[in-house]
Formats: sequence, C-alpha cells, structure tokens
Amino acid sequence: MGRPTTAARLRVGVARFTSCGGCQLTLAGLHEALLAVADRVDIVEFAEVLSPRSSGPYDLLLVEGSVSTPDQARRISELRRQARLLVTIGACATTGGIQALRNWSDGDAWRAAVYPQPQFIHALRTSTPISEHVTVDALLRGCPIDPGQLAELVTALLVGRRAQLLDATVCMECKARGTVCLISSQGAPCLGPVTKSGCGAICPAFGRACYGCFGPAHPANVEALKAQFADQGRSDEEIGRLFAGFTANAPAFRANARPPLAVLDQPPVGPEPAARISHGFPGVPPLTASGDDDARQ
Amino acid sequence: MHGSDLPGGGAAGPGSGDGRSGSAAPELRFEVEELTRVEGEGSLRLRMRGDEVVEARLNIFEAPRYFEQLVRGRTPDEVIDIVARICGICPVAYQMSAVHAFEDLFGVQVDPEVRRLRRLFYCGEWLESHALHVYLLHAPDFLGYDSAVAMARDLRPLVERGLRLRRAGDAIIAAIGGRPIHPVSVRVGGFSRAPRRTELAALRPLLEQALDDAVATVRLAATFETPAMERVARLVSMRHPDEYPYNEGHIVSSDGLDIELPAWRDAFSEYQVEGSNALYARASDGSAYLLGPSARIALAATQLHPLARRELEATGLADEIAANIFRSVVARGVELVHAAAEALELVEAYRPPDAALVPWTARPGTAAWATEAPRGLLFHRYELDERGRIAEAQIVPPTSQNQAAIEADLRVFAPSVLRLSHVEAQRRLEQLVRSYDPCISCATHFLDLTVEEA
Repeated sequence: MGRPTTAARLRVGVARFTSCGGCQLTLAGLHEALLAVADRVDIVEFAEVLSPRSSGPYDLLLVEGSVSTPDQARRISELRRQARLLVTIGACATTGGIQALRNWSDGDAWRAAVYPQPQFIHALRTSTPISEHVTVDALLRGCPIDPGQLAELVTALLVGRRAQLLDATVCMECKARGTVCLISSQGAPCLGPVTKSGCGAICPAFGRACYGCFGPAHPANVEALKAQFADQGRSDEEIGRLFAGFTANAPAFRANARPPLAVLDQPPVGPEPAARISHGFPGVPPLTASGDDDARQ
Repeated sequence: MHGSDLPGGGAAGPGSGDGRSGSAAPELRFEVEELTRVEGEGSLRLRMRGDEVVEARLNIFEAPRYFEQLVRGRTPDEVIDIVARICGICPVAYQMSAVHAFEDLFGVQVDPEVRRLRRLFYCGEWLESHALHVYLLHAPDFLGYDSAVAMARDLRPLVERGLRLRRAGDAIIAAIGGRPIHPVSVRVGGFSRAPRRTELAALRPLLEQALDDAVATVRLAATFETPAMERVARLVSMRHPDEYPYNEGHIVSSDGLDIELPAWRDAFSEYQVEGSNALYARASDGSAYLLGPSARIALAATQLHPLARRELEATGLADEIAANIFRSVVARGVELVHAAAEALELVEAYRPPDAALVPWTARPGTAAWATEAPRGLLFHRYELDERGRIAEAQIVPPTSQNQAAIEADLRVFAPSVLRLSHVEAQRRLEQLVRSYDPCISCATHFLDLTVEEA
C-alpha cells in the first residue's frame, strides 16, 4: 500500500467493463512473456485470473470494455482516482465496441426484444468509450488488441521509454507485407485506407476486406473512400453497414455508420473525448517506480 | 456476506440468530459477490436453513450486449464476424455454429479438406481454452494457491506447461484464421484463404510438445484430491458415429435422447430469471442437464483418439467423471490429449483444398445448428428473410444451459461443507462453480454467486 518507492514493484491492475474478455486474454496470449512481466511487477487486480482483489492504488491500470451500465459509470470514476496511468485496451474501451450500435436505436426496445422480462435488466441506453467518462492516458486499439502492441506498451512503460507504435493506416501495412490491394485488384469494400494500423493487415493477407476493427486512422479520408465504394456500385445502405462495425461509434466513423436497425441518424454526442492522446501513441509519461511521472523523458 | 456457522450442521436447532422469529433454524448465508477465475462477471448466493438449501443461485451481472439484436438485418458473413465477439475465449465455436447453420440452410457442400481444416480449427480452440482453464484458473484450487501467479512462484514448470499448451492452440487458430482471438477467415462456403501446407507443417514441433504436455496434464489431474460428490445428472452432448464431436453429429443424452442438431428446440427451451442477465435453458420436461467435457467423455468416449482413450482408461476415473463435477479437470485433460493428437494427424495429412471457398446463394428460411464449444453444446438459430438477411436470432451458449445444473449441484453439495469454516466453505462452493468452467460473457444474455446460509 501507499506510494511506491524506488525499490517498490509496480502495482498493475486489469479491469473489465462491457466486453468479450478477449483483450485481457491477450495478456495471457503473451505466453511465456507473461511470466517475465509477472516477475517484474505485482499484478494486484485481475479478477478473471486472480482470486485476491485490490481496489487500488495502481501504478498502471489496463481497462477493457465500454461503459454500458449505471454501476460502470460510477466505477470508472473511482478507478481513475486509484490509477496513476490508465490505459484503455481494445475497441470496446476506446470506441464503445460492437454493442455501441444500440446507440443508434431505442435502447429500451432492444432490451425488450432480447429479454422476456426487460424490467430485470439494468443497462444504460448507450455504450460509450472510457474516455467519455474519465481522462485516459493512452490507448491500444483493435478488436482484439494486437499482442505485439501490448508487449511493446507494457515493456516501454516498465523500462521508462516511449512505446514505438506505428501510426499509419492498414494500407501501409499491406504494402509492407506485400499484399496485393483488394480494392484495386478485386473492387473489394476494404476499410484499410481509413483504418488505423496495428494489426499487421491480417484481413487482406487472408483474402478478405479490412472491416475496420482498429478504428479510424488519423486523419481518415472517409468521404473519398465512400465515393470509391459508390463507384464500385455499392448502395448507401451497404456503405452505411460497412462502417457500422466494431468501431462504428468512433468519431470519424459515426456519421457514416448506418446500423440496420438504426432509428437515429447519429447517436447522441457525448462529451469531447477526454483522452490526452486521441490518436497515435502518446506522449505517455514514462512509468517509473519512483512515482515521479516526469522523471525521465 | 456471513452469518454464523451453524453448530454441527444441526437440522432443527432453535432459531437464535439474526432476530428472525418463527423459523426453526437460523438462516445461514454464503455470498460470493464476484466470482474470480471465471470468464466474466457473476456471483453466487446460497441460503441454508439447517441442512436444507433454501436458495442456490448463480447470478450473472455481466452487462448485456444484445447480440440477438446486433445481428438483425445483417448478411450471413457479417454474422460470423459479429458473433465471434460474444466470447474472447471461444470465438471459433461461435463462428462454427453460425457457419454450419447457414451452410445447412443454403445446401452448401464444402470441400472435404475445408471440413478437416474446421476440425483442426476447433482442436486449436479446445487446446487454448482447456489449457487456460486447467492451468491458469482451476489447478490453483487443487494445489492450494489463490492464483496461477502465486502458483508460478513455487511450481513454475507447471504454469509454463499450461502456457505452452495454450500457445499451441493459439498457433493453430492463427495459422488458419490470421489471429488467435477473433480470427478473420471463416466464411460461408469455406475459408477466405486456406493455409499453405508448409504453414501447417511448421506447427508440428509445437503440437508434438503439446501432446506430451497434454498427457502429463491428465496424469497430474488424476492425482488431484477432489471433494466427494455423487449426483445423477442428465448429461447431454453431441455424438458422431466416426469422430469425436466438434461440428457434426446428433444431440444425445444419458437417458436416450437422440435428435438432429437443428432440432434443439424440440427438446430444450430458454427462460429468464430475475436478477440474472442470462437466460437459463432447461429440457422441455423442466429438468436440468449438464454439458461440456464431462458429458462428452461420458457419451462419446468411444470416439476419442486412441491416445486419449488410453489415458482416460489409465486414470480409472471414467465413471467418476460422469458423477462428480470436480473431476471435470481430468475430462479437460483427456480432451487436451485428444485435441493435440488429432491436430497432429490433421496437420500431417493436410493438402490445401481445391476450393477454399465454394460459391453459394442465400435463401430465406430457418438456419439452425449446434457445435461442441469447449464448454459444451452451442446452439444457434437464425430466421433469414427474402434478401438473405437475419430477421431473428437465437443463440444458446453452453453456460446458460449448465446454469440450472450448477444450481442443482450446489444444492447437493452445500450440506457437505457446513462443518467447515465459513471461509473454507465459501472457497469450496466457488471451486464447485469453477469446475463447470462457466463462461459468463457467453451467457449474458447470463452469472452472480451469493451464498446465503438461511
């Protein structure tokens, strides 16, 4: 307990909100590297793996999932107070996730459609990113996040340097990988030109169009891509559906997404994202066990 | 959260506690407000009066995500991407149930090599999911640790073995699907890309090691001391005449049920309970039933890979696996052997399919299918409209089907822990729930453990 001293080990927590659990499992997916990390830090909170619990404080808190219930909205504020650095991981935490498609709907009607007795279910009408509720220090994108990016981030934080994460589009990663462009060769509805790099351009390499699970690149020329899709003969309805995926609620996609059951043109606009870093990767202050955020630049 | 332990588990002592009047015995409560080392958010509540269980409830407070709504208006291939996101541990299962349902409705015949690739894909998921549960979540219960991290300080090679097994499973899924979580290549008609022979051949060293590790897992799990428990459960799984069940077969039960996969609704149904974000499922006659590795071993052991069958027989625990859920850890071990052994054979025999993806035409109607997820039978049913879009969906994950059986087992097991300290009793009850490997993300539209001793 108390502030870590130079000799103290960093206290790391993993918290889950509304999600599938895949991003926190990516930690387990680091395999043997996970043990190396566990040797260096104290993982004090990770309910899906550890029985002992800690409500803080944390030097680093990784947050997965979106805010979609009244309890979660209260809990994230408390967690923020307990965390020196709060890093959101994955499409749900950074954009609201696939469940944010209900933001275009009448949420009560959806609840009634799934549950015979909807009055038992306590949920907010919207699913929103963590950054709409508290300040976020850094984020990792993707549905799910990329294990290499996670390892780079955690390593960088542990040794006190900046994480080196490519800030480009999926197109760049296709070129680096030598994948033939699916738009120019097949007329595929690929979101690669407007989607943030980080996955390694998996989908085109596996013969299918990118579906934008890392969210919008910055900047993202969505209008030009929509025009290209229209030239391919795609309807407005189809183009709207293409953007209505796992990161539909991200600002650059939101106005272009049309989920099939939408009753609203756009979801209600939340407060400006509070994230200190809204794209790319960050000027995250290096995390040192001294507790002095600016100790090393 | 507590209440005094009942003296000697007495049946009808005078009600001295908690100011309750008129009741014969004080109510004893156990509550686990948030279950740990399970996938997702749930809690347990048990209330007892004497030896009598007044209430046994597994509550699911994982936030609902409305997947049945998210897929409406979507095309079949979009559904395959969306339903994967129900669960970060078993996305392959969701993709497989959905893709087979659509192909059944559309009359699609996939290439025989694609069929084999899908079995290999599922071997990968069983390896990563069972390895995660056995080593990172469940083994600490038997070995006296509160987490795998604590266990790793004393028994590092053991945890490393679990991580190696998991990595083998992840590597299979990534080779076929591009990445281990939410793979991208599953399409109606096959795969968007089939791996090259060399890509799968590269998995051989990992799989050979995984087979050794899996055999060591069964032998270790068989030595675990488990609480005694005897219950006659109705067991349900898929069965296939020629192979251990993944994607094809019939739905069968320990009491003689035998129906086609799309006919799940003829024998089972879902209902909702207050306080839970999951829907429960029960047999049409109202009875609870058990799915998962123990049920599959009990109903389909004859189709296990010979190496897995040999390991199962060597444990001498086949009967106990069917009657004592704490032995599910052995069942998972046996299935790890099966998955590693079959994966190795599939990789060695692999020839890329002539047609990774065959063309198909959507048609309206009902698409329904089930496959064997790591935790048990996963049923999907979709109504498709004239445009081939989803008009209605029903997704019934294994954990919501097991929920009634978990609660029934809590009732059977609870009296045996009353003489233990409250903390120890609660730990045992939580261990019981963990033995089912409940996946709460899946079940939500599903889990909360509060034990109250009434």
